[in-house]
Amino acid sequence: MEFAELIKTPRVDNVVLHRPFYPAVEGTLCLTGHHLILSSRQDNTEELWLLHSNIDAIDKRFVGPLGTIIIKCKDFRIIQLDIPGMEECLNIASSIEALSTLDSITLMYPFFYRPMFEVIEDGWHSFLPEQEFELCSSATSEWRLSYVNKEFAVCSSYPPIVIVPKVIDDEALRKVAMFRHGGRFPVLSYYHKKNGMVIMRSGQPLTGTNGRRCKEDEKLINATLRAGKRGYIVDTRPLNVAQQARAKGGGFEQEAHYPQWRRIHKSIERYHILQESLIKLVEACNDQTHNMDRWLSKLEASNWLTHIKEILTTACLAAQCLDREGASILIHGTEGTDSTLQVTSLAQIILEPRSRTIRGFEALIEREWLQAGHPFQQRCAQSAYCNSRQKWESPVFLLFLDCVWQILRQFPCSFEFNENFLIMLFEHAYASQFGTFLGNNESERCKLKLQQKTMSLWSWVNRPSELSKFTNPLFEANNLVIWPSVAPQSLQLWEGIFLRWNRSSKYLDEAYEEMVNIIEYNKELQAKVNILRRQLAELETEDGMQESP
Amino acid sequence: MEHIRTPKVENVRLVDGISSKKAALGTLYLTATHVIFVENAPDARKETWILHSQISTIEKQATTATGCPLLIRCKNFQLLQLVIPQERDCHDVHASLIRLARPVKYEELYCFSFNPKLDREEREQGWKLIDLGEEYKRMGLLDNYWQLSHVNRDYRVCDSYPTELYVPQSATAHIIVGSSKFRSRRRFPALSYYYRDNHASICRSSQPLSGFSARCLEDEQMLQAIRKANPGSDFIYVVDTRPKLNAMANRAAGKGYENEDNYSNIKFQFIGIENIHVMRSSLQKMLEVCELKSPTMSDFLWGLENSGWLRHIKAIMDAGIFIAKAVSEEGASVLVHCSDGWDRTAQVCSVASLLLDPHYRTLKGFMVLIEKDWISFGHKFNHRYGSLDGDPREISPVIDQFIECVWQLMEQFPCAFEFNERFLVHIQHHIYSCQFGNFLCNSQKERQELKIQERTYSLWAHLWKNRTDYMNPLFRADHRQTRDTLRLPAAPCNFMYKFWNGMYNRFEKGLQPRQSVTDYLMAVKEESQQLQEELEALEERLEKIQKVQLNSTKVKSKPSEPSKHSGFSTSDNSTANTPQDYSGNMKSFPSRSPSQGDEDSALILTQDNLKSSDPDLSANSDQESGVEDLSCRSPSGGECAPSEDSGKDRDSDEAVFLTA
Repeated sequence: MEFAELIKTPRVDNVVLHRPFYPAVEGTLCLTGHHLILSSRQDNTEELWLLHSNIDAIDKRFVGPLGTIIIKCKDFRIIQLDIPGMEECLNIASSIEALSTLDSITLMYPFFYRPMFEVIEDGWHSFLPEQEFELCSSATSEWRLSYVNKEFAVCSSYPPIVIVPKVIDDEALRKVAMFRHGGRFPVLSYYHKKNGMVIMRSGQPLTGTNGRRCKEDEKLINATLRAGKRGYIVDTRPLNVAQQARAKGGGFEQEAHYPQWRRIHKSIERYHILQESLIKLVEACNDQTHNMDRWLSKLEASNWLTHIKEILTTACLAAQCLDREGASILIHGTEGTDSTLQVTSLAQIILEPRSRTIRGFEALIEREWLQAGHPFQQRCAQSAYCNSRQKWESPVFLLFLDCVWQILRQFPCSFEFNENFLIMLFEHAYASQFGTFLGNNESERCKLKLQQKTMSLWSWVNRPSELSKFTNPLFEANNLVIWPSVAPQSLQLWEGIFLRWNRSSKYLDEAYEEMVNIIEYNKELQAKVNILRRQLAELETEDGMQESP
Repeated sequence: MEHIRTPKVENVRLVDGISSKKAALGTLYLTATHVIFVENAPDARKETWILHSQISTIEKQATTATGCPLLIRCKNFQLLQLVIPQERDCHDVHASLIRLARPVKYEELYCFSFNPKLDREEREQGWKLIDLGEEYKRMGLLDNYWQLSHVNRDYRVCDSYPTELYVPQSATAHIIVGSSKFRSRRRFPALSYYYRDNHASICRSSQPLSGFSARCLEDEQMLQAIRKANPGSDFIYVVDTRPKLNAMANRAAGKGYENEDNYSNIKFQFIGIENIHVMRSSLQKMLEVCELKSPTMSDFLWGLENSGWLRHIKAIMDAGIFIAKAVSEEGASVLVHCSDGWDRTAQVCSVASLLLDPHYRTLKGFMVLIEKDWISFGHKFNHRYGSLDGDPREISPVIDQFIECVWQLMEQFPCAFEFNERFLVHIQHHIYSCQFGNFLCNSQKERQELKIQERTYSLWAHLWKNRTDYMNPLFRADHRQTRDTLRLPAAPCNFMYKFWNGMYNRFEKGLQPRQSVTDYLMAVKEESQQLQEELEALEERLEKIQKVQLNSTKVKSKPSEPSKHSGFSTSDNSTANTPQDYSGNMKSFPSRSPSQGDEDSALILTQDNLKSSDPDLSANSDQESGVEDLSCRSPSGGECAPSEDSGKDRDSDEAVFLTA
């Protein structure tokens, strides 16, 4: 096993662990292939189990023979280990560095993890495209499943099965794929049962500087329009960026060729701009100086909430066009794997009650993020503390979760899941024992044989014991469209994520418990009353029967 | 009424709030106490009521094609724009409102005409609800250390203090009077709060007239007496809540602060809170940010930061936390003062008391706290909140800041307070409304002369009567955090303090959370209560029947009531809601009339109507449907407390996401 070579010192005694809000713990530090473990070897003292893949960066310091390693995690936690002995400390540090940056995916923990729980339902089969399609095919016959991408031949970032207009054959799809960035031809993202209108998503059209057009592409998207109706194309890039893209062979739909479509440009940022925003935000949150003004200006300078506002606004706009204007919508940016997915998935949260349930939300993530080819492996390789900035790291998914949290905060009774559910998804996207978020798309996942070799996150989450932690006690099914406010006054910093390790949540946890108690007590009473009513009714019938003859 | 030139103007357009896109056409009425706007729409006839005393500014804007706009800003942060067709009418309304919003005599205020249809006895009972004598007893003062002093009988020593005060046992009348002569406006040190657990106390006063070198033996003895009243500590803290520079500047005017060399065993401490002028302009700046039309995130955060508002809130909290810690952890008594000892001192003493004593975190205890530290100790309500026309430089949101501090604490300790956000919002409203007599005048002396208790009603009784609306469902009397001193982190972090959307934007319904956890939980609790009762009744009946059957007597019991527990009345699935303007200033969008009858806008939100004792106040009534019963509300008083202000029938942003 290769790991042994990387672990020069597997065990050190008398290591002291420092964490905010906890007393320091002295114990034995152990390194395994995938975990950093600190155990005090005392009963009822919590041990630290940290996945190496959760480690974003480390710092070392030496004072005499005492070494200190500061571990900065992808979930923004910072812990400190005091290690006696310089050599031990250096060995541990270099092992952690090596183990937290393994090149090969197949060496990651999910390939070694053996679940200690009974699998009730295999999550790999929980959200099959065919089943998802049934939900819309029951309402319309205008769409079909296409297997054109069976061997990932047409589009490497699409799943083998996609939903397309019935009138468009696979041959046409192949042609359209040639005209769209990354082969990402327009596919169905969401079917709005209320009016039969749809959200589609794709990559940018490859019009280039000479205004190339593709009849099949025009036919494909026009197939979603009713006679005399117009549709909207939401381009997540500002107009000038879309224009510049033409020089690199990309572009946007020109009015002349798409006369039935009205184009809207928004400006959702991507890549390193988001990554830098995250770095600045986390830095501001970790800054413990006591100056109120500096906090607000740092929060502002991070631009995080500006991104949140822009993404939410675009999603609301798309939802509004669909629901209020009764128009079909095509959404894309450049590749159609980042901002596009933020918008399509948030629009569904707003429009579709099912996506606000636990299962529905899981299905949404499966459909709109995993199947849709959001490159999780690249985007979540590093988090807020990384210093080697690669071009492809970006907290796109975290921004999406944050937006969902913002809506949840405004509609606290309309979601079946709670904040913890969103936090859990964030954690697993960055470091996990499950295979769900490994790889960049379905094609990679197939090659890695994740379904055979790793466990699905959903297999674990969807067991009653886990679900209870993620269920919102306030939930009451709300079948309406929910329109959030996107005004700055209504948007807040997501404390549950960004201040999680910087403040004690004791009192907030107590409040949550109290809330659960109030609702549980009500349910209990309800049950008791029902039993008594039934008993009484039975007795009274008996009574009546005795009387009747 | 002589100030009303035009009592009625037709075809006026009302634009309600900043985010509102739609103007309602209706008729404007001016009455002696209210501005009333009645919408023309035949099915709804929505009414908007504004109390004259809530009007902060009236701004005449440039005439447009549709008429002359009047912008009205209210002290409870409501913002309205009236567009009056005729220039002449606009001029008249403007002139009338300017006069009506600035009464010159107390008798013009609403509380002297407000009649909630209570008889004399009920009114008197109402005033007796909060009894400060009882409160000092509750604190558990020990007779050998503290005494009730009558030295200020008939306001002989200090006209802004109450007649009855607690002072240390060893402080003789001679010492008190001597000390009072050495303090601004004769506000000598007196007890604000006594911490029974360790005998430490919080006392308050104004600044000493120390100048650069003056001393006063009696004042030094007074501080000594405070120290002696706490046998557990050999020193007292003297906290000056002004910035050091301000305090030093005061020395030139013969005022200043205590010289540690002259007073034995004191520890002197500055905890800088800015003065009323800084606070006034800070609020002004923050409200300007709130008024921005579709601000970006940066506009908002920059504006919030530049206003300095949260920094000031933090300063007040820091001072309160310091004092609470000194008292509870160090067991040291604290003397607090600022300049006159009626603004910052009141803020800081009440924040500290709130942290120390769970009683003040109950509904009634909070009323007591305001009565004690604000009303009785001569906080100048009339000057600060502009009840009567006066010097605009005297106006400052001093108690607003205290109320916000309480809210910030509620956010940190959600189970520690018996009352909810609505309670705070309504108190803020009534400080300005002048509908009840509690907050009139600048001192107890003035209130007595005006015979407030005989001529007006008490807000506390009104709030107490409707207390079910103000309960925090998460409050549990047996929680640890409820029973104890609230302990904030040693180094309170900045991110603890947040913008209070529910106060400063409370009339902008579109900006508020669309579902209220508080209301939901209150409904659940209420239902549990009913279930509990039903359960008992059922058990009883069951027992009876079983007995009867045992005796084989045939008595037919009544059929049981059908079950009616289908969801809560606050049910959230009916949340009315419409999309906002998401398209910004995109010109390319076609305009479109709001889609009437869409399922998600046509449903009525029942959630807030439920809490109807102060219907027009409910901070989150989001009644876009406008189906409202207005029948019980008339300016002269109906069966429920009438017309505290408008906002009842808000048709906030309709389905207009498209700007033409």
